[in-house]
Parts: sequence; C-alpha cells; structure tokens
Amino acid sequence: MSQDRPHAPELLRAIREFLGSDVLPKLEGRTQFHLKVAINSLAILEREATRGPTADTAERERLKVLLGRDGSLAELNAELARQLRDGMRDETDAALMAHLRATITDKIAISNPKWR
Amino acid sequence: MDGVSETQDAMAMLAQRLATTCGRHFAAPVHIEGLFRHSGGASRQTWGFDAIVERSSGAERLALVLRRDPPRNTDTATGGGESSLALDRGVEFALLRVADRHGVPVPTPLFHLDASDGLGDGFVMRHVPGTAIARELLREPRYATARGRITAQLGGILARLHAVPLGELPKLRRTTPAEAIAQQRHVLDTIGEPHPVFELALTWLERRLPAAAVTPCFVHGDFRTGNFLADENGVTAILDWEIAHTGDPLEDLGWMCIKSWRFGAIENPAGGFGQRDELHAAYEAAGGPPVDKARAYWWEIFGTARWGIICMAQAWKHLSGAEHSVELASIGRRCAETEVDLLQLLAEA
Repeated sequence: MSQDRPHAPELLRAIREFLGSDVLPKLEGRTQFHLKVAINSLAILEREATRGPTADTAERERLKVLLGRDGSLAELNAELARQLRDGMRDETDAALMAHLRATITDKIAISNPKWR
Repeated sequence: MDGVSETQDAMAMLAQRLATTCGRHFAAPVHIEGLFRHSGGASRQTWGFDAIVERSSGAERLALVLRRDPPRNTDTATGGGESSLALDRGVEFALLRVADRHGVPVPTPLFHLDASDGLGDGFVMRHVPGTAIARELLREPRYATARGRITAQLGGILARLHAVPLGELPKLRRTTPAEAIAQQRHVLDTIGEPHPVFELALTWLERRLPAAAVTPCFVHGDFRTGNFLADENGVTAILDWEIAHTGDPLEDLGWMCIKSWRFGAIENPAGGFGQRDELHAAYEAAGGPPVDKARAYWWEIFGTARWGIICMAQAWKHLSGAEHSVELASIGRRCAETEVDLLQLLAEA
C-alpha cells in the first residue's frame, strides 16, 4: 500500500532541516557533534530512500548473470565474497570488475557523494 | 575541546579519587580543578584536569591527563573488531615510558593507578599542548608553518620509534603480513556481512605478500593524522598506542598514507600534509632503513581495506549492543569510501 505524502525522502528531509535549523544551534559540545552526525545520517537515508531500491535491483540482476544462479541479494553477495576469498575470481575478470564498479558507484552516491 | 556530560556526583567522586591518587604520587596534598572528559568511547576514557599540588614551597599547578578503562559493573562485549587486539592500560603505560626515553614525543607518563584507587585500570600522564583535530591542522591559517614541517617530523619520529630495541618493550603481539590479512578476514567472518571488494583486495594482497620482515621492529599500529597532537610549530606528541605490536616498519608508513587519513587533502598522501617521497626521505635521513616503496604501497592498500573493515567493526559495536552510539552506527556507512579507494588502487597498481 502506498503511503500518503510526504514520501520517505520528503519526510526525512523535513526532519533533517528541522534538526539543523531549530535544534543544532541550541546544543553544544559532544551532543552538538552527535546531532551533526545524526543529520548527516538522515541525508544518507534520504538518498537511500530515493536511489536504494533501484540500485539493489540492478545489483541483484548483475549478480544473477555473473554467478549464473538466482538468490537474494545477501545470498548472492555471500557467494561472490566466497569465490573472491577462494581466489576463484580476481581482478582480471572484466565482468566482475564492471559489476563491482557499478555497485560501489551506486553505494557511494548514497553514503557519501562528495567522496573523491 | 568536546566534553562529555557526566553527572555532578560522578564527577565529584572522580575528582576526589584523583586527588587521593595524585596526593600519594606527589607526596603532598592535592586538589583537582577543571576536570573534563575528552571525546572517546565508553569503555576507554581520557580525562583532562589540573592537579594543584600544595608543596611546602608553595602551590604548583600541573596539567595532567587520566587514561583509564573505568571499573566494570557489567560485562562489556567488544563486538569482534580490532578492539580484541588492543593492549591493556598497563602495557600502554610501559610503552609510553620506553618511547619517551627514545626521543619519540609522547605525553610523559607519570604513574599507574593502584587497584585501591577505585579508578579502574589506567595511568596519569602530563598534558601536552596542541590539537589532534585533522581539519584544524590541515586548514587553519595559524598552522601554516606546522603544515610545512609535519611530514618530515612524522618521518623522523617513525624512524626513532622503529629503532626502539625490542628488548626494552613489554611482550607485544607479532604481526606478519600474512597474519595481518588473517586478522582482517577473521573480523569479516565474525561480523558476517559479505563485502566482495574487501575479499577481492585481501586476496590480491595475499597473492603479492611481502616476505615477513627480516628484522621485526616496534610498530605503532595506528600512526596517522588524528592520532598526534600538533601546535603552530608542528608535532608535539604521538597518541593512541593501544594497537602497538611488532612487525614490519612499513606498516606504519603505509597506514598513515591511506586516503581516509588525508581528511580531504587527497593530493598529499602523507597524512594530508606532504608527499610519500618527503616522508620516506625524512625517515631514511633520521636513520630509518631504506624504504621499499612497493612494499610501503602494499601496506597502504592493506591499510585501506583495514580501515574499511574497522568501519564495519565500529558499526558492529553498536549493532551488537556492546556500545550504543549514533557515531559508531554512522561509521558503518563509511565502508563505501574505502571500497571506492580499493577499486581505484587495484586498477592503478
């Protein structure tokens, strides 16, 4: 069932802006620092609410092709991690590297788009 | 400096116990002023305070620091990260004394706490002026002169640190490159969240394993921007000795160059302050062995994976219930930064 507006990213943004403009200036020291951390985390959640589902679907589709099997995202990643630990695949595998680059590009776009 | 709010009663009791402990050490009446808690975890605390020592010749004010693991009233799970490798405070105290003697700038350690002090396991050291805050050191105009000196100073300090005779140190864990990889895989397996990029990087590193250090030396283990104090003239003290061990000296040189310790100044691999070549030249000029640059780079790639896995472990401290903290929880989302860096490093290597 679809929820009413605001959608998750919109509601998260409203909370984040309230905390930043109304609460942050009233705090100091350690508590203010932790609120800055929390505000930054809310920004991550906004981006995740917007982009996360599409990124997860694309990652799972790529993994299905790469591994030649079906499974949940967690199962497929566990399988890929096992193959990499065992040295069955490595950085010479172009399809693997394309998958990892696409996955991490989506991941950093959510967690810290300013990272360079 | 950030403080952590504590109840008035707990603060008063801590000040009173510190006064008793310091009084015994200085053999004079002592009272405590300006007690405040530095940022940091719940299980390992750092407190700043002034001890006013009432000597017959007059009162003397000493700026001191307490490092302690407070008395435990609950069992504290560590959450499966590198904290299981951390030294206890007694060993840290002993290391500081040896480092101090060998010309490594540290807060001079004064005395270890007694069990009867009721303060937990820890020690008291002198306060050292300076800031550890990376963004201030890397950006504020008043540190411009210091910025020009810090790379060479860190290289020189590392050379002295690595030259400390192992026989003078307490018994420390030895870590070879192969063991370093095994430790990280152990943390990954303990947490159980699959990370293909970390697995790729660790296998890549394993296939290019440097030989175990011919002569293992004293390794700080967490030598980086954020873990030293500096003032307008440069480095004043090296802090955070709790992951110290013995092994490959280049581990310290590689670790301090990972992108995460440049705090945005990515064009300066040496902790955001300078170039790798400057760091290595200063290290060699201060008596350090010639730097095998490929091997230092191996440790830099390893360090990038290590920091990513530490981020997971920090979040795990929160998720496992060992230590609830929005700060620890949020660090979990920093893994992706190291995954970006690792893919780039492997593509360039």
